[in-house]
Amino acid sequence: MTDIIIHCAVALLFPPLLLGVIGKTKAAFAGRVGAPYLQPYFDLIKLFRKGSVFSETTTWVFRAGPLITLSAALIAVLLIPLGHHGAPLSFSGDLILFAYLFGLSRFFTTIAALDTGSSFEGMGAAREVTFSCLAEPTLFFSLLTLARISKSLSLSTILTHPTPAIWLAAGASMLLLVGALFITLLAENCRIPFDDPNTHLELTMIHEVMVLDHSGPAFGIILYGAALKLFILGAVFINIAFPVATGNALIDWGIFIAAMLVLAVAIGVVESVMARLRLVRIPQLLVGATILSAFAMLLVLR
Amino acid sequence: MFLLDPTLFLLVAASCIALSGIPGLLAHHSAWGQRVAAIIVIAASCLGETAVISLLSGIPASSYQIDWPLPFGPALFSVDHLSTIFLFPLFLVTGAVALYSVAYWPAREKASAGRLTFFLGLFAAAMIIVVMARNGVLFLMAWEVMALSAYFLLTTEQQSSDVQRVGTVYLLATHTGTMALFVMFSLLRATAGTFAFPATHALSLAVPVATTVIITALIGFGGKAGLMPLHFWLPGAHANAPSHVSAMMSGLMLKMGVYGILRTVSFFDQLPAWLGWLILLLGAWSAINGIALAAGQRDLKRLLACSSIENIGIVFIGIGLALVGLQQHASYLVVCGLAGAFIHIVNHGLFKSLLFLGSGVLIHGTGTREIDRMGGLARRMPVTSPLFLVGSLAICGLPPLNGFVGEFFLYVGAITDGIVAPLPLVALVAPVLALVGGLAVLTFVKLFGIVFLGAPRSADSAHGHEASAVMTGPMVLLAGGCLIAGMAPVLLVRLVTPVVGFYGGLSPQDMAQVMGHIPLVPLTCANVLLLVVVLAVGAAYLRRLRTSPRSQGSTWGCGYLEPTPRMQYTGTSFSEMAVSLLGGIVAPDRRRPTLDTPIPPADARFSYETTETVLDRILIPVFQVVGTAFSFLRKVQHGQLHIYVLYIFATLCVLMIWKN
Repeated sequence: MTDIIIHCAVALLFPPLLLGVIGKTKAAFAGRVGAPYLQPYFDLIKLFRKGSVFSETTTWVFRAGPLITLSAALIAVLLIPLGHHGAPLSFSGDLILFAYLFGLSRFFTTIAALDTGSSFEGMGAAREVTFSCLAEPTLFFSLLTLARISKSLSLSTILTHPTPAIWLAAGASMLLLVGALFITLLAENCRIPFDDPNTHLELTMIHEVMVLDHSGPAFGIILYGAALKLFILGAVFINIAFPVATGNALIDWGIFIAAMLVLAVAIGVVESVMARLRLVRIPQLLVGATILSAFAMLLVLR
Repeated sequence: MFLLDPTLFLLVAASCIALSGIPGLLAHHSAWGQRVAAIIVIAASCLGETAVISLLSGIPASSYQIDWPLPFGPALFSVDHLSTIFLFPLFLVTGAVALYSVAYWPAREKASAGRLTFFLGLFAAAMIIVVMARNGVLFLMAWEVMALSAYFLLTTEQQSSDVQRVGTVYLLATHTGTMALFVMFSLLRATAGTFAFPATHALSLAVPVATTVIITALIGFGGKAGLMPLHFWLPGAHANAPSHVSAMMSGLMLKMGVYGILRTVSFFDQLPAWLGWLILLLGAWSAINGIALAAGQRDLKRLLACSSIENIGIVFIGIGLALVGLQQHASYLVVCGLAGAFIHIVNHGLFKSLLFLGSGVLIHGTGTREIDRMGGLARRMPVTSPLFLVGSLAICGLPPLNGFVGEFFLYVGAITDGIVAPLPLVALVAPVLALVGGLAVLTFVKLFGIVFLGAPRSADSAHGHEASAVMTGPMVLLAGGCLIAGMAPVLLVRLVTPVVGFYGGLSPQDMAQVMGHIPLVPLTCANVLLLVVVLAVGAAYLRRLRTSPRSQGSTWGCGYLEPTPRMQYTGTSFSEMAVSLLGGIVAPDRRRPTLDTPIPPADARFSYETTETVLDRILIPVFQVVGTAFSFLRKVQHGQLHIYVLYIFATLCVLMIWKN
């Protein structure tokens, strides 16, 4: 019970901090002081207090988009184990629901973008759905590989199963998996090298351009939802890449949060040292990640 | 007990539906014939649905035998669980379509309504008989009535040259398939000695004969189902038929092909090992190619038709998994594969019919089928747009709608066997389904987003109007079905459990054991939780919205002050990137202008046409060559009927002499 409460509390409160840490890391690389770690929280509070501007072309779809996107993410966060504690909602086959919840949120993000009738947002929506077609098989290959290793179909078992011993036994395939998942993590969360969350007005944008017309509380919901998505996929990644469990519940939570912060720093470093890829290169990298994960699966299937 | 016999109910329902169009034929240009037909069909559908439900609840069905004076053995009608699962969506959709057609194709405005109503009834009745026939010749007769009434239905607007062309392609395709079926049933007759269907798992044939039977069944039935590469007739036929006819063709007629294959396979006591893998491959191939084709389409109904190929592919993936499982005695795979396939058959009947009926409302309201000419219709069609959205979400297999349930079973079957059993290869089905699901989201975001959202792209769209309740009512019924079945997957599972047990040859204990592992209750919980969270977040957001200042403005154009609706992304531009990535499959025909003219540039045109690879690039060129090569034979085809009768007489004489 305590774990469930901590799970919900961490999942609800922690995600924006990741954005703060990424921002601070990038600032450090650029030689700036940067915004405070808690800046994303301040931004969210400010946005929730603001009024909204709606475009005349929009309908109820535009208003429903952010809500459903956030709701899908809130259900998805209940399905993944955090810090080696089982997820509050867990059943055999929940990994399929997990993947399809992202599909649902993508559907609504993109139709909300198309509702504005802006060609920029149309562009972003088209890219989002196209690239996700390429990222989706990667997620499935990875989860299948882990399912095969742990002989289970439930995310709680699959993601708490990896241990240092398994890393030693199936190191090659775990390494491939971690590589593929890191690429997917960056792609799905629209980070560099796939997308740049800091600029709005370039024609190569994906996620940011889809939310150009959202304002006020709706935009706050979108920002929060994006942070939550980063948190979810980050947690999946950390569970596999850093499978350390002490057995002590509180220490495990501490390790998990520390690991997530390190991941945020790592993303910040990637964003600081890399340039964004040309748009035509993105599918190649995504297909590359799919092939890496397919390799990982092949290695455990043999 | 006689009065409660479901088979009799079904036969009565079939006869009523078959004859329902006759009053309309007698009274031209009058609405009552059509209304009477609708009432008869709806009443008969209710009767049929009652029979289906009583069959599912375990009331035994009897067989009826008619000793007709034809030399093919007695005509035998019967229903078993396999028939029932096809009859369930059949009656539902037929009833919905009958009501819809009264407003969509009103007899007062359209002269063809009488004929349309007549063939619609005949078409539905023929499908009922197809799943009830237990005699090869009776089956083929019903099959032909079905195929030909579909032809007359889809050529309703026969003045259009497009319609004539696709009608001819359809007729050729369906008769090529029927020819394969003739071979198949003749072979069965030659080995079994009778046209009556063999009992389940009773047929053991020599390998070459069995292979021929299976291959001909795959050609004949697979062509009707729209399995790649025999799908070429499908996009055109579905796009050019009246929308409610497309709904029935796609939602129901394609499933008759699936039924045929399932029925044929059930005859054999032993199946070749490659069959399951072949069907699995064909299914995966159809699913990926079908949805890739759909993504590139510009025609609303062509897009839906191509997505039918994808859905049939998913059904075949399920059947393939089950057959592989039967071969390897993997009961998990059998149950999940069959359950996934059957659930998807029912689901596809619901959501594809819903989407086709929705496309009818769109065509009715705007007068165009081109996605790129629509836009902004959500404002003008406040009832149709949420219904269409439900259909779109369901067809993408997204929770909490019914499409997810069927795909869930397929995933669970594939992955479970992939991880525990010695069949790791089937686990590859999961990434294939994921890719198909991703492309489906792309396709239906494009469809819904471009058609209903944004600003109107043409005057047709700007003046679009909502349809009457007679048209939206049936859609509400179908959308409600999608939602209920998605929220409570246990209903769908209850529906298909008997047929899975029957077809997979599993004992109730085995079934219960596997089904016990399927997390139906948690799925419902997750779905309910999702709805609760959406409502809670929505309520909080609305409260915030009410108390905070709100203003309206135009869409932000990055500083550009004179945006026009033509600047919006179109459907073609939306899918352009995906289509160029999938270049080999979709193969669009782009005609670019040359830009080497000096300043000022001359007028230039760009055209973008999606082509049909199998039909346009392979079949038509081949047929043209064959046509030229055999042109000398055209002499015997002169259009004089009495000479044609002479040909038949002469053939009969030759056959008699040869026989003696």
